[in-house]
Amino acid sequence: MPVEIERTEEQATPDEAPVPEVPWVTVVHNDPVNLMSYVTYVFQAYFGYSKDKAKKLMLDVHHKGRAVVSQGSREEMERDVQAMHGYGLWATLQRES
Amino acid sequence: MPGFFESAGADGGASVALDDGELSVLRSLTVQLLELIGPDQHENEDVDPLQALFAEGPSEPPRDPALARLFPDAYGDPGAPADEAAVTRSAEFRRYTENELRTRKRERLLAMVHGLDEARGAPRDREGNAVLTLDRAASDGWLGGLNDLRLVIGARLGIEDESTTEKLFDLPDEDPRKAMVIAFLWLGSLQETLVDTLLPE
Repeated sequence: MPVEIERTEEQATPDEAPVPEVPWVTVVHNDPVNLMSYVTYVFQAYFGYSKDKAKKLMLDVHHKGRAVVSQGSREEMERDVQAMHGYGLWATLQRES
Repeated sequence: MPGFFESAGADGGASVALDDGELSVLRSLTVQLLELIGPDQHENEDVDPLQALFAEGPSEPPRDPALARLFPDAYGDPGAPADEAAVTRSAEFRRYTENELRTRKRERLLAMVHGLDEARGAPRDREGNAVLTLDRAASDGWLGGLNDLRLVIGARLGIEDESTTEKLFDLPDEDPRKAMVIAFLWLGSLQETLVDTLLPE
């Protein structure tokens, strides 16, 4: 998996300000083909979200065009994006804004 | 009523009765998608399996819009103009992951073909329909496979938003896209009823 090499604390030079850890997020985008019930199912099955949470995220995707469905390290988000593509959902990852 | 999934068994399985026409349409669509996704590199005996394991995938999105929908870019805002960093990262991600994703999608489509062939040869129900029975794990694979079929047909039909879908529903019978629209809607009801067996209220 392509990941950025993260600088550990020991390697950071003392006079350099530590770079804050900016988390990444997985964003699922709306598309007109995926069924609402299927998207809800994927959020429940893959992320283990409750039915209510999964449904709320699905409705956000549907009405707002996108929803942040998970956050974490870049490596974790790449894994989530790959899984979403496996389910046929349209997902990308980006730095949390 | 044939063509719709129902819960079967206590382990979360599902079953559907399909007539010979439905069996053959479903099999044919699945085989076509398998061909579209392309052969498995590992099936080529000349390729050293270890080498195949480390073989890099493509770095560019597929040119076919239907395939591009199955293997989308991992970076970049779809609504915004492409930025260089996102393009580079998407290419890198694709090289490391697309082959694996293709294999996964191919395997579940193959399992669908095998399931349909088994159902065709098995004893029929009272109406003479073939009965396809899935356990929980097979249901998951079928959901993903049916979704991929719908994504590809949706791309072929040019479905870009909800309003295109509504227009397609009203196509006159003589329109050449009519058969594909009917298949699209039928696959949708198959998928919807299969999800229902996995998502009890």
